[in-house]
This record gives sequence, structure tokens and C-alpha cells, in this order.
Amino acid sequence: MARHKAVDRLRREVQRPAKESSAARELAVTMPNVYHVPMGDDELALIFTCCHPALDRETRVALTLRAAGGLTTSEIAASFLVGEATMAKRLVRAKHKIRAANIAFRVPGTEALPSRLFDVLRVIYLIFTEGHTATSGSELIRGHLCATAVRLARRVAELLPDEAEASGLLALLLLTDARRPARTSPEGDIVLLEDQDRSLWDQQMIQEGDRLLQTALRRGKPGPYQLWAAIAACHSTARSAQDSDWRQIAALYSELLRYEPTPVVEANRAVAVAMAEGPAAGLVILDVVGLHPQLQRWPQLHMARADLLRRLGDTPGATAAYQTALELEPPAAEQAFIHARLRFLLSHEK
Amino acid sequence: MKYLFLLHRGADEDLPAPGTPEAMALFNAYREANEAMAAAGVLVDCAPLESVSTATTVRVRNDETLLTDGPAAELKEQVGGYTIVECADLDEAIKWAATLPAAKDASIEVRPVVNVGVPT
Repeated sequence: MARHKAVDRLRREVQRPAKESSAARELAVTMPNVYHVPMGDDELALIFTCCHPALDRETRVALTLRAAGGLTTSEIAASFLVGEATMAKRLVRAKHKIRAANIAFRVPGTEALPSRLFDVLRVIYLIFTEGHTATSGSELIRGHLCATAVRLARRVAELLPDEAEASGLLALLLLTDARRPARTSPEGDIVLLEDQDRSLWDQQMIQEGDRLLQTALRRGKPGPYQLWAAIAACHSTARSAQDSDWRQIAALYSELLRYEPTPVVEANRAVAVAMAEGPAAGLVILDVVGLHPQLQRWPQLHMARADLLRRLGDTPGATAAYQTALELEPPAAEQAFIHARLRFLLSHEK
Repeated sequence: MKYLFLLHRGADEDLPAPGTPEAMALFNAYREANEAMAAAGVLVDCAPLESVSTATTVRVRNDETLLTDGPAAELKEQVGGYTIVECADLDEAIKWAATLPAAKDASIEVRPVVNVGVPT
């Protein structure tokens, strides 16, 4: 048995380069000295080409899934919720542009590497979140997207071992994906982090993610993915939501604001502060976030407010906030979640 | 391969008046960028264009030549000049386009030039 497994693995390793060069051929990009370049670098060059900033962001994601991730056009179309013909056209246009404008097939030099790597990591992260939080699409395709993102992140981290952020992204994906079995109920509803059955979490993935993160942090080259991973590690290594180091999580979000000064990060920080110092302290921060007119239309803001109001014992306030969130028409899974919370509030009112 | 830079600019009235220090500064900024491209051996050709108000648009329909006084499309930004460079790939072309003042004031469209012979 074991020997067969080893043979299978060897076979896969042998087949892999062939698959990749056919992907590169499909891209119809010229690869000078292709036989003298180690296959790993070739694979990395392919990813960098697919994530080139001269292509628009959606195209980068689609192209990376097709050429580097090995997904079929119809699978990509399904995850983007567009028809197969539309997606095929988009991919053809992208390949034509790469060829016609001569977008180089190579790993960028030292000078351009940091910003280009940031683009690559962003694309892999988008693939993952599409699978992780997709509002529709089959469970199968979503799981496929997460697995593809983890595989790509692993290859990039392996091929660029000096880049702490590449390891940071892989750690983040592993630590987050480890919770997938507990994230939805058998009925397909979202389960809150604090209510998840932690025995369902994949401990092997958590340990690997945590180990990768520690190694990355020791390089002393901090960045947003390492911070997101550190936050995920705080959650994944705690025995319960109450046991989590919320003060540390709040501090990590504050640090993250230096890289991503977005209301989304600020709202996450508010929730962590609420857990560390009480709901009232969190509400103060959320109220400031809510001053932003665009975020008034963000259902998650109202969902976060509702939860903090509930913790404060303000059931009417919590109910109103959930209803506001519903009016903003969040994705189906979140609507179901809100209805469940409203039922819960109603049953505790009596 | 060759790339054409279409250098966009805002309306004519936004340009500095000839002879002013601002016009001199802009002229010098272009000269410096163009000299750097020439020194690197990538510059094929470059020139500013007369104002879009001097443009004539030509269309032939049913063997008849129709002229329109003005540009083919009314846009907020107009093409104010062009540069042709010979570069190894798009990254190199983008690097040079970014050195031109139009990239900071307005925008530059980088278009790969199809390699076909010009009759001589």
C-alpha cells in the first residue's frame, strides 16, 4: 500500500511539469530557455504573469484559476456567476493581451518584486475568500476554490522562502480553512465563531499554520497577511471564544489599520474591543464607523451592532439593528442567520 | 517590440501659456524624459500635437470623402502628443511611460504597435 502511494506521488510529481507547460502553452506566451529554467520558477513566472497589474483584477483571478489553478472555464464561470461563453471570452481577451502587449513571462526582479508579489498574494486571497464566503455557487466549487488557493499559496511560499508575507498568507489560509467543517450547520446555515464546535476544527492545519506564522514573524518583515494570520491564530488556538486573547486580537487589528485603514478592519477591532472591555466600548467604535455614509449600507455593520446591543441586554435595540441589516438585503446565508438570531431574541424576551 | 504612447492632456486652457516659467518647466521635463529614453536607446520617435481644435476627421462613405471639423470623438482628455519606443516587453514600456509629465498631469495610453512593414 505504502509503496503504491509513493509511486502515485512520484507519478504526480512527474506529471505536474507537463501540466504546467501545457498551461503556459495555452497562454501562448513565449518562454525563452524553457528547458533551462527549473520547473518551479516556471510555475512562479506563470502565476506572476496571470496576476500582472496591466490586467484588471477580475481577469487576474480568472486567469490564475485557469492557468495556474487548473480549473476549467465552466468551473470558473460558475464561481463568478457568469455564463461559460462570457468567461471564455474574458479569458481569450486576457491571453490575447498578454501575447499582443508582450507581458513578460518571468518572475519580477528585486526592485519590482514587493509590489508584484503583493498583487499575486491579493489574487490568491481573493480566490480563497470567494470560496470561503461565496454568496452562492455549489459547495463543491467553493471547496475547490479554497483548496486551489491553499495550493497556490503553498507553492508561492515554497518558491519564495524569504518573503515573510507569502508564508503569512499561507498561514492565514490554513488557519481559516481549518475552521471550515464547523462554519456551517448540517442545514447549511452560518455558525458564529463563538458557537462553533471546536472539536471539528482541523488541528493539523492549525498547527501547520501556526508554525508557518511563527517562522514568518521571526523574519522581522511584518505585513498585513502576517497580522491577519496572527488574528486567525488567536482564534484557532483558543479553547473557546471566552478563552481567546481578545486584548491581543484588538491590538493586532489596531496594528492592521496601519496597512489597511478601512472601516471593515475598524469594525472588526470594535468587536474585539467589545469582547475585551465590554460591549459598550465596542459600540462607541462602531458608532464612529457608522458615521461613514457608505457603511450605513453595509449589513455587517448593523449585524455587529445588533450583537453588541444584545450583549448589553438591549433586546429592542438589537432587534431593530438586525431588521436594518435585513433591509439592506445581505446574501441568503446571512439572511437566514439574521432570522435565526431574531427568533432567538424573541424567545429570550419572554 | 514597439509601443505607442498616446499622451493625453486636459483642455487647452489648462496648458501653461507659451513663454511663461511654467511652460519652460514643462518643456524641460519632457526634454529630460525624452533624452533619457534616447540615451537608453529605446526612443523611436516623439512629438507634441497641435491642439485638437485644429483636427480634421476623415471618413469615406460610398466613395465620398466626408470631413468633420474636429476630433473623431469628443473626450474630456485629448491626445496632446505621442511617443514611440522600442522595448523588450510591456514592463519596460510602462517604466518609460511613467517618466513622462503627462502621466502625472493626465494619463498615457500604452498601445503595442503591430509589427508590419511600411511601404518604402
